[in-house]
Amino acid sequence: MKKLLHNPKEATRPLSVLPISPVFSGRRMFMRYVGVATATGLVMSSCTDKVLEPLAGPGGGSTAGARAGDIIELGSGDVGVLNYAYALEQAELRFLELVTDHFYAGISEKERQVFIDLRNQEITHREFFRQVLGSQAIPTLTLDYSSVDFNNRDSVLMTAKNFADLATAAYNGAGQLLTNATNLGISGIIVSVEARHAAVIRELISPGSTAFAGDDVIDPTTGLERALKPAEVLPQAQRFIKEVISANNLPTA
Amino acid sequence: MNLQNILSELEQVDGDVYDRLKHVSRRHMFSLFSRKAAAVAAPTVLASALNKAYGQSLDPVVVDVLNFALTLEYLESEFYNVGMDTPNLLTGTPRTVFAQIQKHENAHVNLLKSVLGGQAVEKPRFDYTAKGMFPNPFGNYEVFLTLSQAFEDTGVRAYKGQAPRLINNDPILTTALQIHSVEARHAARVRELRGQKGWITGNMSPGVPSAVYAGDEAIRHLEIPSTIEGVPIENSTEAWDEPLSKEDVLKIVMPFLA
Repeated sequence: MKKLLHNPKEATRPLSVLPISPVFSGRRMFMRYVGVATATGLVMSSCTDKVLEPLAGPGGGSTAGARAGDIIELGSGDVGVLNYAYALEQAELRFLELVTDHFYAGISEKERQVFIDLRNQEITHREFFRQVLGSQAIPTLTLDYSSVDFNNRDSVLMTAKNFADLATAAYNGAGQLLTNATNLGISGIIVSVEARHAAVIRELISPGSTAFAGDDVIDPTTGLERALKPAEVLPQAQRFIKEVISANNLPTA
Repeated sequence: MNLQNILSELEQVDGDVYDRLKHVSRRHMFSLFSRKAAAVAAPTVLASALNKAYGQSLDPVVVDVLNFALTLEYLESEFYNVGMDTPNLLTGTPRTVFAQIQKHENAHVNLLKSVLGGQAVEKPRFDYTAKGMFPNPFGNYEVFLTLSQAFEDTGVRAYKGQAPRLINNDPILTTALQIHSVEARHAARVRELRGQKGWITGNMSPGVPSAVYAGDEAIRHLEIPSTIEGVPIENSTEAWDEPLSKEDVLKIVMPFLA
């Protein structure tokens, strides 16, 4: 179900900017579409009426934190899917911040650099979603990583691996839920970076092996990586999130 | 460069490919793919599921995208099949890594061929020296690695560029995304074998044709700049893998067509 919405007060940034499938004849063309979309601005193809009243923060973005136990409604349509991604990015980034705030003892220079790179890259992802969603963004989540032993290399690397694998599978499964080609393009631009993270972390855990693209996440007979639906992904992320994420209004196909 | 010229050149290449392939015997094709005979069953099952979901007829846009993808997978799979069969080229850890990559690329070829059925393009003949640009690709490990990185990172950008064209076909879109992330894992690992970071910094990498990374330095998306205090610009460029158009990918690939 698709509804066009024109509400300049709702968002500071265009979202779901193109109600058409652009023919990509080149990178320049892609950028031009984005430009056009921005100029027209604020044309949204999603049902936003079910999104909870956002906790508006400075600049129209919702930077206010939620409280443990709150129900966080991701919303419907493309907005809901992008909020879903935003929730995952928030969770992943917070974990990486904790890793880099207090590296485990004996960390190698290579591992230190990997975690700093991952954290910095995830900051840009989180900030992107926060800004693109504007007033429709879910609030800042309360994250609890007390189950991770940040002093223990195995615990940290395993959690990092699970996050990167999960994020990749989540984006792979979310693409089909998006109705707008520009949003799909953006999620494609991010997902392969998550896959790179997964491969590099896996190599740190199991050097010299096939784990970087292991048979546990890539079907060896089809060569296809996992694609997980929100209902499969959210319970795994929910373990670390004190609020209750509601995906009730997300598209399912 | 004139885009119109390039497009007609590409048509020319396509036409040649069809003609050339008449000389490839069915037996040759069969032996090539029966190498992984056990792997054929599963893709066929998936492919028939995909066909069922969309009836017997695939949209022409989908066929176009899948044949484009298949061409790239042919390029990769044959590269790894030859590399793995070349004595002393790949040993130790690289052999482990490339065996896994080879397995996936052959599976991708089988899968795409199954989905496309009679509409699948046949495998072109490849020149991995790219008309002499990369002399001795199977005799020099460093050259092999460089080409592998170029193919994998180009593959990532190519699938990414085509994904929006598949937005109206959920099963095919999802399948393409499931291949796309595998290519990214391959790319990251091969880059590390070359002593590079697993992610792409800026828009270049030593030894790789610049077209492979053209535009990859972008940090503005939907007008939102990823310039964030405390985040080095290098990390911002690494965080975003940019798409490539079909035309730009074919320009990279064309020298590798014999």
